Amino acid sequence: MRFTRTKAVIATAGLALSLAACGNAGEDSEGVDVQADENAASSFDDGTRMKEIADAGTINVGVKFDQPGLGFNETGSDMPTGFDVDIAKILVASLGIDPDDTSKVKYVETISDNREPFLQEGKVDLVLASYSITDERRQVVGQTGPYMLTGQQLLVPEDSDAEGPEDLQGKEVCSVTGSTSLENAKAQGMKPVGFDTYSQCVDKVLDGTVEAMTTDGTILAGYAAQNEGQLKVVGDPFSEERIGVGYSKDYPEMCQWINDTLEKANEDGTWAEAFEANLGASGVETPDFPELDPCE
Amino acid sequence: MDAVIESLPDVFKAFGYTVLLFLVSGTLSLIGGTLLVAMRVGPIAILNKAGAAYVTLVRNTPLLAVFFFFSFAAPRIGINFRWVDVHIGTFDFTSFFSTAVVALTLYTSTFVCEALRSGVNAVPLGQAEAARAIGLPFGGVMSQVVLPQAFRASVPPVASALIALLKNTSVAAVFGVIEATSQMKSLTNNNADERWGIFLAFAIGYVVLVELVSLAAGTLERRWRIA
Repeated sequence: MRFTRTKAVIATAGLALSLAACGNAGEDSEGVDVQADENAASSFDDGTRMKEIADAGTINVGVKFDQPGLGFNETGSDMPTGFDVDIAKILVASLGIDPDDTSKVKYVETISDNREPFLQEGKVDLVLASYSITDERRQVVGQTGPYMLTGQQLLVPEDSDAEGPEDLQGKEVCSVTGSTSLENAKAQGMKPVGFDTYSQCVDKVLDGTVEAMTTDGTILAGYAAQNEGQLKVVGDPFSEERIGVGYSKDYPEMCQWINDTLEKANEDGTWAEAFEANLGASGVETPDFPELDPCE
Repeated sequence: MDAVIESLPDVFKAFGYTVLLFLVSGTLSLIGGTLLVAMRVGPIAILNKAGAAYVTLVRNTPLLAVFFFFSFAAPRIGINFRWVDVHIGTFDFTSFFSTAVVALTLYTSTFVCEALRSGVNAVPLGQAEAARAIGLPFGGVMSQVVLPQAFRASVPPVASALIALLKNTSVAAVFGVIEATSQMKSLTNNNADERWGIFLAFAIGYVVLVELVSLAAGTLERRWRIA
């Protein structure tokens, strides 16, 4: 008797949880809807990494989990959302894998520090995690694109008078420990303060400990949209970041496939659609598709 | 290694923050630990229990959680250190440095307290009884007789607690202080191709600092040895 009761309690709790999960998923299932390319496997040459992945039918993709609008995973959800994730879906679909089937596509959280190691060790096949293309990174991993251009801006409280780095000289400005944004803030004459995640910086701006936080404008726009009426993005971009796709240096053939797929997504309008769905709401106009770096 | 050499001034400044965090919270932890041990071995039951409860609560909490509390929870209930705004040379001591010092001090005090308590237990009971017999009050018994002997006996365990503190300062890297670990992350982020050299350089930096602390502890131990 007692066991039945325990089971009933567990079942009820489970039901409640699954209902709650449904509620979450239903709320904001925006983003693009891409269909897997049925004949993908046959379109790649034998021996290429794309063929291998397409034949295996599974892929691991590294994305960010804490950047609304780019790569964001709601607690308890196994399907992240955002512009980076949608571009990842376009690439995955072109390999003939259903990008929404999380048993085949594993979206792994990558943070700024582990993107290169994860690619080198083969823990992920692709990285789309607001991954700026730099010469140093190209020494150890493959990077192509860019599929988006962005620049560093400032996120300040709604009632702040600051309009750019010149108004925050010698003031503490928050960003993620070890990030390029932190270095740029220092170069601009602001005092860098490093935390573990962007959301912790948002907290520090909201509670008034720091006057501003800084990183790529697209990331800030996502937070501004999340905290409408409390935070705003100000200033002209004071750096240029070229956001690209990371892949392993062991498979240089992936570069051309990524470029071709991105180019196709631009031509058929899915790229612009993904941009509008994820970043359009924060008042950013859809830019022109950036010029891709040629593959070697 | 090139990356480390190129940004040597930044690296030194970052280790400067590490050392400052260590010195300030180390000194405060020694004071805090001494007060705590006095509470724990003292004759007043309520202080006794309070001391034991504090040690149990804080020593059994991860340092990261203590940092989280003072960075994200405490400001919500009005505890913040925004009033701290001291600048000495190129070093800034603001709310982030203070938060780190408070978290490190409260945490390390418990370890210092327990290390000192082992020293107090090493002092034969007869010493305290004799001190009481000549008419010293509790304060006198502690400061004149028991603690001086206890400090001597507990140099090695206190040194261990302080060495742990020196390495624990790295937690402040993700709570707004640009100390050595934070600087290391900047360098590894910008120079993905030189990670090995950068790790090695910073590991050597920490080893040198810890070695200095152990040397100082060794010297003290020898000098304070009861003949």
